[in-house]
Amino acid sequence: MASFSTTATLDEPRVSRGNEGGSPPFFGGGDDGRSGPGVPDYRTRLRRARLGLLVALTPVLMLFVSFTSAYVVRQGLPTLDPRTNQLVRDWIPVKLPALLLVNTLVLLISSVGMELARRQTKLASVAATAKPSQTVPANAEGKTPWLAMTIALGLLFLLGQWMAWKQLAASGFYVATTPSSSFVYLLTGAHAVHLMGGVVALLVAGFFALLHRSVATRSIVVDVAGWYWHFMAALWVYILLLLEFAR
Amino acid sequence: MAGGTGGGEAITMVSHDAHAAPQGFIRKWVFSLDHKVIGIQYFFLALVAVFTGMFLSLLMRIHLVWPNAHLPILGDIKPETYLSLLTMHGTIMVFFVLTTAPQGGFGNYFLPIQIGAPDMAFPVLNMLSFWTTFLGFVVLVAAFFVTGGAPLHGWTGYAPLSALQSAGPGEGLGADLWIISIAIFCIGALMGALNFITTTLDMRAKGMTLMRMPLTCWAWFITAILGLLAFGVLLSAGILLLMDRNLGTSFFVPLGTVNGVLTGHKGGSPLLWQHLFWFFGHPEVYIAILPAMGLCSQLLSVFSRKPIFGYKAMVYAIMAIGFLGFMVWGHHMFMSGMSPYSAFAFSIMTMGIGVPSAIKTFNWLGTLWRGRIRFSSPMLFAIGFVSLFVVGGISGPFLAQPVLDIYLHETFFVIAHFHLIMGVASIFGIFAATYYWFPKMFGRMMNETLAKTHFLLTFIGAYCIFMPMHFSGMAALLRRYSQYTEVAWMHKTDGLNHFITYAAFVTIASQFIFLFNLFWSMFKGEKAVDNPWEATTLEWTTATPPPHDNFGGITPVVYNGPYEYSVPGAPKDFVMQTDAQVGAKKH
Repeated sequence: MASFSTTATLDEPRVSRGNEGGSPPFFGGGDDGRSGPGVPDYRTRLRRARLGLLVALTPVLMLFVSFTSAYVVRQGLPTLDPRTNQLVRDWIPVKLPALLLVNTLVLLISSVGMELARRQTKLASVAATAKPSQTVPANAEGKTPWLAMTIALGLLFLLGQWMAWKQLAASGFYVATTPSSSFVYLLTGAHAVHLMGGVVALLVAGFFALLHRSVATRSIVVDVAGWYWHFMAALWVYILLLLEFAR
Repeated sequence: MAGGTGGGEAITMVSHDAHAAPQGFIRKWVFSLDHKVIGIQYFFLALVAVFTGMFLSLLMRIHLVWPNAHLPILGDIKPETYLSLLTMHGTIMVFFVLTTAPQGGFGNYFLPIQIGAPDMAFPVLNMLSFWTTFLGFVVLVAAFFVTGGAPLHGWTGYAPLSALQSAGPGEGLGADLWIISIAIFCIGALMGALNFITTTLDMRAKGMTLMRMPLTCWAWFITAILGLLAFGVLLSAGILLLMDRNLGTSFFVPLGTVNGVLTGHKGGSPLLWQHLFWFFGHPEVYIAILPAMGLCSQLLSVFSRKPIFGYKAMVYAIMAIGFLGFMVWGHHMFMSGMSPYSAFAFSIMTMGIGVPSAIKTFNWLGTLWRGRIRFSSPMLFAIGFVSLFVVGGISGPFLAQPVLDIYLHETFFVIAHFHLIMGVASIFGIFAATYYWFPKMFGRMMNETLAKTHFLLTFIGAYCIFMPMHFSGMAALLRRYSQYTEVAWMHKTDGLNHFITYAAFVTIASQFIFLFNLFWSMFKGEKAVDNPWEATTLEWTTATPPPHDNFGGITPVVYNGPYEYSVPGAPKDFVMQTDAQVGAKKH
């Protein structure tokens, strides 16, 4: 039966009517995510990783959109008071701890640090692409440990959120006290879990530096983690505004 | 990189392949990064799941007609046991069969090959996505074996039944496991969707423009987008439900009592759960059916020896169905309390889905029209799919009207509708895919006589099971009831019910023909050639089964669309997508 192996005799392929037009997506093939001579080049890998991140952020966004819609709906719902047999609101606005503002500042500074780390690693990787196989020691990226600073500030933010939870509990707002406090814990908690994912990604990038993995790989991890980190910062600002102004 | 696909590059690819292919059983077959192995893993997971789910449905059918029967080992089926069978049947089938096999199984195996890629974009993530899904299945099945047994709240998990530990046996640990399983499944499905989208957008071979992709790839791509948008919402609903159950919050539970005792919750809204659930739940229907649609478009073209009728219309119809699928979730809630204005809007949108669906059906028939049809087993299942899709779909516009739905919603009419269109039609897609791609996956042909016997029994059997349900539904036979012995007027449907159960016996028995054929052919089947169906897409250009990097060191270059059959002037009646000469002559 017909078995075709046509690639040996080809001219330049006709690029048709399709919207991809002049530059069909193409790469060297052989990428299994493992090292070897067939691994696609740095730009392809970076593009693919960024695209993957963009796609991955969609469900995260949907998760918080969904929480927000639940927030708005639940806020408007009355409940029956069995003693008076009347409909009442059980939504008690939560006074947010002022500590959250400090935490916000910490996270925003960490986002700046993240951006500097991202650019720094990128420059280092561009410098290294002249000799692609070369591994660059960690200190070749410059003296300022922006990455470490970002991780530290991220952990500080998480610690601050934990303390804010403590303050909330001390003022009498537990998870089940009122639906508004349920949402405060839910939204801050869900955000913290996602931020922990970012911290883990940055730690991985840090370990890559220690393990002398190729600077290109590290640069891609830092780049993607960087965009994720910015997204988390923006998401936090959104959550704070929601909790503060849609009480 | 662009341009050069000469011999030198091919040689480096070969050496890479030799370097990268995993040795050792664990890396090769268990924790494999190869999308083909992962696809086969998904396929077998779905196979185990589908036989489990089928067994549960058998128990339900037996119980419905012989409610006092004493079954060996299982003993009597109590009402709560019946509800847990119903819940687990639905959950297993929807998540671990209809979502897992067409997308995770065949999509994983064939999407990269059909677009000319050596693997998925993120192989490690792909492996994680399978093992996450596997874990989800284990957690779900574990619910059978904990105190109180499996949950009672149906696959839709309606609150407050699902939100209160005290609501019934099975609503304790069993229900927690159910929610956790669904959450795990969501995460696995999201990782899968991430891979599908990135791979489709970024890893197509040279010349494989979006509009040259086989319709299977389009269907997998759009399905992945639906999953990406829907599973996050289900996950959020699951988190809220877990909080209601275990942390005392009141998102979904209003003030009320269970057995005269106040629950301690107040102010929550069961409708909120339904909105969140169905915002996921309706796109989920299309997650199950779209891959089957893509596959059947493919098969009807291959086995009619004709180009697909209206390729672009097919692509846009898939997109339209996907888009509208997010606009119609309210039609599941006409009975739950909804403003008539919202109901009207949801109703109109729902009927609107009939338009792209009709376009697809029309194009399928147009493809068959005057084709030189080869009635091989994959083709039979593809035609069966069209038949089931039409019959199951036609009852959709009935149910989309709030006035009719209020009567029909709690009856077997709905069971008939969604089983035909979402269940059996998708399963026919899975069967068609199995018979079509088995030669490529396992290197041998399946037995055609057994396959055709399987088709006939399943096709007739499925209609015998589900057609009568329309009538019993119109006669107001209520669904979700474990038995009808106390309700006199329902006895009028006893004859139909018995007939359905007997039909189920035959249909279920005939699935073992498939099972036997599958495993027997894997070892004893006739050796398959590289392109047994004389099809044009890329998977048929490579070896059987495909090598580790899919194309044996060659990077395919695409010159033609996917459905070039019976091209005038071509030496054969089909032109491979990689065939440069004929393509150049033709254009």
